[in-house]
Amino acid sequence: MIRIANGQGFWGDSPDAPIEQVRRGPIDYLTLDYLAEVTMSILQKQRSRDPEAGYARDFVDVVDRLLPDLIAKNIRLVANAGGLNPEACRRAVQAVAKKQNADISVATVSGDDITTQIDRLIDQGVEFRNIDTGEPLSTIRDRVRSASVYLGAFPIAEALDKGARIVITGRCADAALVLGPMIHEFNWQPDDWDRLAAGIVAGHAIECGAQGSGGNCQDDWETIPNLADIGYPIVEADLDGSFVVTKHANMGGRVTVASVTEQLVYEIGDPRAYLTPDCGADFTSFHLTQQGPDRVRCAGVRGTPATDTYKVSISYAAGFRAIGSVAYAWPDAYKKAKAGARILRERINRMGLDFEAIHSELLGVNACHAIAAAEPSPELAAQLPEVVMRFGVRSQNRAAVDRFTKEIAPLVLSGPPSVTGLGAGRPKVEEVMAYWPALIPKSLVKPVVNI
Amino acid sequence: MKIQLVEIAHARSGDKGNTSNIGLIAKKPEHYPILVKQVTAEKVKEHFAAICKGKVERFELPNLNAMNFLLHEALDGGGTLSLRADPQGKTLSTALLRMEVDI
Repeated sequence: MIRIANGQGFWGDSPDAPIEQVRRGPIDYLTLDYLAEVTMSILQKQRSRDPEAGYARDFVDVVDRLLPDLIAKNIRLVANAGGLNPEACRRAVQAVAKKQNADISVATVSGDDITTQIDRLIDQGVEFRNIDTGEPLSTIRDRVRSASVYLGAFPIAEALDKGARIVITGRCADAALVLGPMIHEFNWQPDDWDRLAAGIVAGHAIECGAQGSGGNCQDDWETIPNLADIGYPIVEADLDGSFVVTKHANMGGRVTVASVTEQLVYEIGDPRAYLTPDCGADFTSFHLTQQGPDRVRCAGVRGTPATDTYKVSISYAAGFRAIGSVAYAWPDAYKKAKAGARILRERINRMGLDFEAIHSELLGVNACHAIAAAEPSPELAAQLPEVVMRFGVRSQNRAAVDRFTKEIAPLVLSGPPSVTGLGAGRPKVEEVMAYWPALIPKSLVKPVVNI
Repeated sequence: MKIQLVEIAHARSGDKGNTSNIGLIAKKPEHYPILVKQVTAEKVKEHFAAICKGKVERFELPNLNAMNFLLHEALDGGGTLSLRADPQGKTLSTALLRMEVDI
């Protein structure tokens, strides 16, 4: 049995979680997931300004804090912290190791970043049609900022086979960070579909950090112990593909069939065909059983053969946006907030500004659940102590968005009464990135393991 | 008797592009058939009519007493484009739990 822990569910997750996972109980592997679509576009901006940037810098601090523990406890670290620049990330990690006089083998997995190869690939016949809409890439070709292939787990396993103690990847399937160590430890083969799929299900159970061990859990949430010291999830994996989801016993959170199930149904599509670079996984095939406190066993996962394509995520510039808000107090907070939004719309219309989208919503009323069932009754609406009116616009035209940002503050003196601007000043104009999901034949992508 | 789903189910939601995924889970196995029978794709589409511009797909996971719903074109363009306070639809899970069923 091997213990594989997650210590980071996204870039911006707790900086102490990786430390706790290593120090407060036994583990063999620590996996850290830093990349989301929005992260890739931030990294792209950083790399365009500095060729040594473009990776998750927080990871280097984690290594600096943890290196003595990793060596003493023989724990291996697998992270997609490389982002768009795994080699620069490795240089930074090696500099930390040198500073600490530690001799440790650091590997990278790359080959995922095809940003500079898009035109060549188009010439070779790759259409990069949008998976969701079917549109050809030519629609947005001149606005593309980055293109990353989601690689699988075998390059990670190869790096571990070659003796790497730290593996830094670029873009790969999130669950591959967990499956890679299993392939390495158990010598699973590329056509071992059921066991590869079991590794994917295990990876899915823990890849979103504490959301797999009682965080953001709807089921009986008030009774979940000690969320201030929540233990991140850990998989105890066995050779046959069965595994147990658990956490360190001395920490908060909860691992039950209900909490694990919530995570397993998170961000899936057709559950019978959860497609990854290494296999398909059937989420209707397995069974979960509560084996003891904070221990959920999963067995019976069935897999299907991998497809001959990888998924590619292409980021492209999609214009500019700004969002501002003001708060209205009782009496008539609801009516005043609605009137404030109506006034802003009228002013924008009169200025003839060019917006693709205009959106207003009422926080404290129905911004989250913007559906009919969430509409307050007139009696309730009249009693609301306060309502925040939030208003946003989006446009390809930066000047139009900039002009909008000057309209929020005047509303405080020239609109409905008993209002505050929340002390936020003018909203900021942000550049918006959008994502174009596409496919690429595996034969045209070459994963590279560098050690 | 009519009750809200929140009494007998829990849920988690996330995003893929402009599609929202809502996983709906029965709190007790005996409640699962009620969900399967009454929480149909059509009913979910109607429940989210104000925000879901595309179709709703439903998948069953009887092994987990759960169902997965895909709400297409429900996220105002998707996580980075949307101007909503909840651009990734993280709270649509509990919006579904407002739905009423007969027991």
